[in-house]
Amino acid sequence: MTCLPAQTEKKLGLVIDLDTCVGCQACVTACKEWNAGGHMAPLTDIDPYGGHADGVWFNRVHSYEHTTEQGGRTVNFPRSCLHCEQPACVTVCPTGASYKRASDGIVLVDEDKCIGCKLCSWACPYGAREFDTDVGVMKKCTLCVDRIYNDNLAVEDRVPACVAACPTSARHFGDLGDPASAISQLVEERGGVALMPELGYRPTNRYLPPRARGERAAKVDAPALEPIRGEGGFLGWIDRMLSN
Amino acid sequence: MSKAAPRGANSAPSQQPLADTQAPNEGDGVETSPGVCDRVAKTTCYMCACRCGIDVHIKDGKVRYINGNKDHPVNRGVICGKGSAGIMQHYSPARLRKPLLRSGPRGSGEFREIEWDEALTIATERLSAIRRTDPKKLAFFTGRDQSQSLTGWWASKFGTPNFAAHGGFCSVNMAAGGLYTIGGSFWEFGEPDWDNTKYFMLFGVAEDHDSNPIKIGLGKLKARGAKVVSINPCRTGYNAIADDWIGIRPGTDGLFVLALVHELLKAGRVDLDYLLRYTNAPVLVVQEPGSADDGLFARDDAGNPLAWDRVAKTAVNASDPNAKPALTGNYTVNGSRCVPVFQLVADRYLDGSYSPDAVAARCGISAETIRRIAAELAHVAFQQTIELPIAWTDWAGRRHETIKGRPVSMHAMRGISAHSNGFHTCRAIHLLQVLLGTVDVPGGFRFKPPYPRPAPPGPKPAGKDAQPMTPLDGMPLGFVCGPDDLLVDAAGRPTRIDKAYSWEAPLAAHGLMHSVIRNAWAGDPYPIDTLMMYMSNMAWNSSMNTVETIRMLTDKDEAGGYKIPFIIYSDAYYSETVAFADLVLPDTTYLERHDCISLLDRPISHADGPGDAIRHPVVQPDRDVRPFQSVLIELGARLGLPGFVDEDGSAKYRDYADYIVNHERTPGIGPLAGWRGKDGGSMGKGDVNPDQLQRYIDNGGFWHQDFSDDQRYYKMANRAYLDFAVEMGFIAKAEPIVFQLYSEPMQRFRLAARGHGEVRPPDAEGRRIEAYMDPLPFWYAPFEDESVDLEKYPLHALTQRPMHMYHSWGSQNAWLRQITSQNRLFVHHQTAAGLDLVDDDWVWIESINGRVKGQIKLVDGVNPDTVWTWNAIGKRRGSWGLKDDAAESNRGFLLNHIIGDQTAADAGGKRYSNSDPVTGQAAWFDVRVRIVKCALEEAGFTEPQFERFRQPPHMEPSPDVLRFGADFRIKREAAE
Amino acid sequence: MHPAFSVVFFTTATGAGYGLLALLGLLGGLGFIPADFWLGLIGMALALGLIVAGLLSSTGHLGRPERAWHAFSQWRSSWLSREGVASVATFIPACMFGIGWVFLGHSGGWVAVAGLLTAAGAVTTVCTTGMIYASLKPIAQWHSRYTLPAYLIFAAMTGSVLANALLQSFNIGSNGVLAGALIATLAGWGWKFATWRYNDRLEIPTTANTATGLAGGTVRSIEWPHTEENYLLKEMGFRIARKHSAKLRRIAQTLAFIGPAVLLTIVFFLPWPLGAIASVLAAAAQLAGMLVERWLFFAEAKHTVTLYYGR
Ligand SMILES: Nc1nc2c(c(=O)[nH]1)N[C@H]1C(S)=C(S)[C@@H](COP(=O)(O)OP(=O)(O)OC[C@H]3O[C@@H](n4cnc5c(=O)[nH]c(N)nc54)[C@H](O)[C@@H]3O)O[C@H]1N2
Ligand SMILES: Nc1nc2c(c(=O)[nH]1)N[C@H]1C(S)=C(S)[C@@H](COP(=O)(O)OP(=O)(O)OC[C@H]3O[C@@H](n4cnc5c(=O)[nH]c(N)nc54)[C@H](O)[C@@H]3O)O[C@H]1N2
Ligand code: SF4
Ligand code: SF4
Ligand code: SF4
Ligand code: SF4
Ligand code: SF4
Ligand SMILES: [Mo]
Repeated sequence: MTCLPAQTEKKLGLVIDLDTCVGCQACVTACKEWNAGGHMAPLTDIDPYGGHADGVWFNRVHSYEHTTEQGGRTVNFPRSCLHCEQPACVTVCPTGASYKRASDGIVLVDEDKCIGCKLCSWACPYGAREFDTDVGVMKKCTLCVDRIYNDNLAVEDRVPACVAACPTSARHFGDLGDPASAISQLVEERGGVALMPELGYRPTNRYLPPRARGERAAKVDAPALEPIRGEGGFLGWIDRMLSN
Repeated sequence: MSKAAPRGANSAPSQQPLADTQAPNEGDGVETSPGVCDRVAKTTCYMCACRCGIDVHIKDGKVRYINGNKDHPVNRGVICGKGSAGIMQHYSPARLRKPLLRSGPRGSGEFREIEWDEALTIATERLSAIRRTDPKKLAFFTGRDQSQSLTGWWASKFGTPNFAAHGGFCSVNMAAGGLYTIGGSFWEFGEPDWDNTKYFMLFGVAEDHDSNPIKIGLGKLKARGAKVVSINPCRTGYNAIADDWIGIRPGTDGLFVLALVHELLKAGRVDLDYLLRYTNAPVLVVQEPGSADDGLFARDDAGNPLAWDRVAKTAVNASDPNAKPALTGNYTVNGSRCVPVFQLVADRYLDGSYSPDAVAARCGISAETIRRIAAELAHVAFQQTIELPIAWTDWAGRRHETIKGRPVSMHAMRGISAHSNGFHTCRAIHLLQVLLGTVDVPGGFRFKPPYPRPAPPGPKPAGKDAQPMTPLDGMPLGFVCGPDDLLVDAAGRPTRIDKAYSWEAPLAAHGLMHSVIRNAWAGDPYPIDTLMMYMSNMAWNSSMNTVETIRMLTDKDEAGGYKIPFIIYSDAYYSETVAFADLVLPDTTYLERHDCISLLDRPISHADGPGDAIRHPVVQPDRDVRPFQSVLIELGARLGLPGFVDEDGSAKYRDYADYIVNHERTPGIGPLAGWRGKDGGSMGKGDVNPDQLQRYIDNGGFWHQDFSDDQRYYKMANRAYLDFAVEMGFIAKAEPIVFQLYSEPMQRFRLAARGHGEVRPPDAEGRRIEAYMDPLPFWYAPFEDESVDLEKYPLHALTQRPMHMYHSWGSQNAWLRQITSQNRLFVHHQTAAGLDLVDDDWVWIESINGRVKGQIKLVDGVNPDTVWTWNAIGKRRGSWGLKDDAAESNRGFLLNHIIGDQTAADAGGKRYSNSDPVTGQAAWFDVRVRIVKCALEEAGFTEPQFERFRQPPHMEPSPDVLRFGADFRIKREAAE
Repeated sequence: MHPAFSVVFFTTATGAGYGLLALLGLLGGLGFIPADFWLGLIGMALALGLIVAGLLSSTGHLGRPERAWHAFSQWRSSWLSREGVASVATFIPACMFGIGWVFLGHSGGWVAVAGLLTAAGAVTTVCTTGMIYASLKPIAQWHSRYTLPAYLIFAAMTGSVLANALLQSFNIGSNGVLAGALIATLAGWGWKFATWRYNDRLEIPTTANTATGLAGGTVRSIEWPHTEENYLLKEMGFRIARKHSAKLRRIAQTLAFIGPAVLLTIVFFLPWPLGAIASVLAAAAQLAGMLVERWLFFAEAKHTVTLYYGR
């Protein structure tokens, strides 16, 4: 059913810390490897060893240079489905293949219904939908729905593959619908932002912006170094130091 | 890594599973609990040299997925971009399938398959002939492997000095610079105190061996808001998230660091107490120009270095805990004028030539920035001191109620080492750390066991005169303390094929793998018969001057024979180098074999305790391949090498696994330190334990011992630690390790150059020795800067490691190569504008050594005088299972083509290896270039191009469509 | 957006088809056009032919055409589904009308009702098609008040020009229809012109800044997540050079509007068969022109995902 649930019990999603992401691609391949054999398997790779390699990936990392008056910064930017609250990718779907779960808000594709009309990918402003030309159906980030509730995994492993992998701890997971949740708090503290808010898709995922220079780190306001005055200069100072 | 750390690195509250992981009943028929695997095998990753613990999930006999081992001391559950793509490495179509014997011309790729027995027979006959006549004629060099304690031992038993691993072209400057100064080093042998540091300086690092630990650490710093300062011409990766990015001009870090030293000295912001206790700052240096002991330490009859006692007004044993040594002044000790080391330090670095204003322009960093950084360092080190409430006792038995720390930490790697001035620059950084009192203190840089060791550690390199049928009297690689230890003949000529430990590279602690092919080709210092290589792509990305190197590998003599007569190579994949081998010994993948990540080699220790690990076969090979270590052991047995055969001549070890368990290097010490002794009850030293491997497997593939709280810091002088280190066999005696600000061994070489001693350099070398064996760190311009016309070649050209690629291996990986299969040349906008180049233009990148063509990408985050590209993306057509239209061989390029392997000829017409004159470290990053827009018809494809390799028999054809994972789903849904 | 021929042809053909169908239903049903067997047969065949061909080619764009019937299920939320329902539903009155008007030669009465229903269905279907594009927020050039009317106007235009060609060919041309066709063509031209003007001045609030959440200053892409083009770029990363599009706009205008307008005007003064020939030429030129216009409709549409790739 491609009508959207009035509201969802939970709003599960990811938060990505752009201040910490080093662009290592761990979340990208961890996602690929889990999902290649997971709920939407396979994530087909066309011409994998040739000159037009084109595979299905649910998470991709871009690099940008952000230049402001404060100066320039290189920003690594992971991009995956934001599990929007008002996702047109769902409402435009003619078959009901694309849907948003009423329970946890995860946006999924039911491959058996999908006719591969690609309209949902046109309707997604974020490029989060990946068409598998080999199978002829649309695929996308499942928020690891086959991990986060998986009884066959140890409880501690029931988090998205990309979150578990991230070596810098730049990825977070949880219920963004619950203001008390750790992840909502984090967004609060760090002023997490939604992407393209003006389009009204109301993404669930948030991005923690790089803290501007200066505020980004505990400031080291060190007084300038003063050359040693006293007699004998530096060497004199040493003698004084050692003799007392 | 703090002891009480929760299981796994990513365990913040916002990274936990849902409070209730019970699947909601959505009624959409999604299977939320699919079976994930039939079994999990815990082993050690080898998608790079970081040695993380991995959980390999196996389903229906295939690898389903791989993730990080949460208990593992290295990665604590996280995994990097490469590690998660291990599946595609393991199932790579480029995997070799059977031993190969060359059937066409070298470099053609024409081979015929042979059986293992034939392969081993060919090798054995060849090698035993060499061993009977002149063992030097075997050169055995290895690359990225982690079994150097085996391979080195094998070479030593064979009797050839011509052994080294890849360290010489990698980062021996960091190893030697550290080991000769603080008895430990950066690289992966030490780490910042991630949990306590407040100010972290990162010099010249894009990724490094400690891939995951550094990332985990940076994550911690970010979470704590500690300050990260990056000194790097390029603003990517780690450097992108730094709070302060200092886009230094390549090759000038030494100046920058010594300017910081200048500022700190001038302001008296150095830790005198630390200098007195832990360094040779007070040691008296003889100042008698012309005399044979000028610049050496004044010593007592027992040979102990002396210091001047300020109170007793007399020379005393510098290591006497009760002495009150002077740090400055002029003293006369048994007739000679002497000054403390620190006086020399002050005299040199207080000099105006090291002032910020003097160096600013050259470094491309404003004097005001240099002053600011110096002030911040001093502020954090001396005003934000931390103190852990833990009592400890130092080597002299003095009890300290707390552990004091200066929370400034530093890490440096190839941006420093891969220059011809890297050794001294590395020493300069250690000098800075020591002056601030931040080495192995809370919040500072910390040693990982088995370090620290005496600076320099023993033993010395063996192999001065190799004799037929006789093992060397030690290991081929070691540490020299003076000219007498060099491996040179009476005439001063090198006795090693790579000229390591010769006057051309005296402190070449890791050998000079990068000069072996040229020297062997030129027969300089002598011709060899067989070049045996393992896991190193020497015909491509690990050689400088690739085009020439390929020519030398295929060059023939008058008689029509190859100048390098025979090449044996072990690789697991169809790399560029395979095609140049006469005999190819196909290896297994990292999931198919035993490996041993040993304390004798490059262990998995971290600063809070030693550890080692294994790999074990988690899946069986489907090809006729064998683990190279087992092959080497069998070769050893077939050759009858001592140590590899029993008295009766029968093989001593069944295979590598058998060796790992039963080999003892010295009584009680073997490749693995964990669960030794009959019952597995002891660690470090102990009898052989037949169940040792099983104990490792049961423990997740690794062993790790956590220090007690009082052992964690000040290891160079911490009794509890030193005693432990002796028990473990890390060091011989529980004596303090004294940091060598002033390096006496280096002065010994200088004295030789001045005509003192038995072993003296030929005049040609004397000048270099005098100039570069300076006992105190100093800065000099990288050689290429001096020898090329900088008007013509104004730019520095660098490479960086992509975090998702490991050298050349990544391109065969169907997943990783999609991320980067064409490397661009990154150019600063201004620079490009000046050359009226626009984004995506194709350019010639020209150095004095040649030119290579690539496509540019314009950026702002780079030093304007620097261009850079990703390392080892360019590939040769026909290799790595790639199709002919693959970007790697059509649009990607290899910078190595234009990096010279030799310096410009000196006055005497002599050309040296393009390396650091002290250690022989390859100077990859010295190269100067210009970029020129290429003609319209030249755009769109890279040059030089090379002939396509033919494929060995029965190679798996690379698929056009990869549906990895489809089977898992089909089986799963069938089951449901 | 990538101008896939299947979709370009689909929207052009169905537009013209439904336009013609609506007119036949209206004029035929109410008897303004005499119920002549051959005229009716050819007329209806042409209209339904264009529609069916269009629908078929659109299914060619599907990854799993064999499941196309699924697409009728989500009419509650999806314009694409509604279009499917409407287009098929329209066939019912259309067939009845066809039988009555063409084969039984009736008009008025139940045939008129059927004709009116057919016209209504046709208009509805065109609306749903228009809304598919008009509702896509990520594509500012489509998500505008110009899109829906455009689809209706162009359907009316191509439909009436075809109708006129038909009548003229049977030598029963009516100045009313001719005038209607001419007016519709001029209206189409005007509308297209206004749309282009609007799009060229469009200031899109969505930028690389809002796409990345990096506030202020400039955001430049320095590296893609992958070296080669992927689905997103192939499907939505299509770029067309200003020069190129200006040229195509001229071609589109000449073929679709100016040419037909001129031809239709002179038809007023031309005797049979010249008038018929001119009318057919006008229709042919216009359909060709509309294919170009529709190609540009896609080619000039910029999807927000391109912001991530610095395109
Ligand atoms: N993902 C991945 N990890 C790896 C490897 C790999 O291939 N891939 N290789 C492994 C190996 S063998 C090694 S040796 C390590 C090396 O690890 P790194 O030391 O990170 O080696 P590089 O990638 O060469 O990075 C050198 C850095 O120094 C900078 N640089 C160059 N010249 C200068 C200079 O003069 N001054 C300063 N301050 N910076 C400079 C460059 O911009 C670059 O960022 O990585 C290991 N880890
Ligand atoms: N321009 C430039 N060149 C550089 C550098 C640079 O920064 N810039 N870095 C230099 C440095 S630091 C290093 S360490 C070298 C690294 O360069 P190499 O030592 O050549 O390392 P790799 O490219 O990884 O090649 C290792 C070879 O081992 C093979 N191999 C992989 N796995 C296995 C296995 O399990 N068994 C066996 N037998 N073989 C295997 C691979 O197929 C490959 O052929 O590159 C050096 N070259
Ligand atoms: S794994 Fe973490 S650091 Fe690496 S790219 Fe993804 S988010 Fe960034
Ligand atoms: S990101 Fe795109 S695919 Fe994901 S929910 Fe939002 S609109 Fe749909
Ligand atoms: S491609 Fe599949 S999921 Fe997307 S809109 Fe069409 S039918 Fe729905
Ligand atoms: S949540 Fe799962 S599917 Fe989504 S990006 Fe992360 S790993 Fe991929
Ligand atoms: S860092 Fe190296 S060892 Fe660790 S997971 Fe990544 S590839 Fe494997
Ligand atoms: Mo290296």
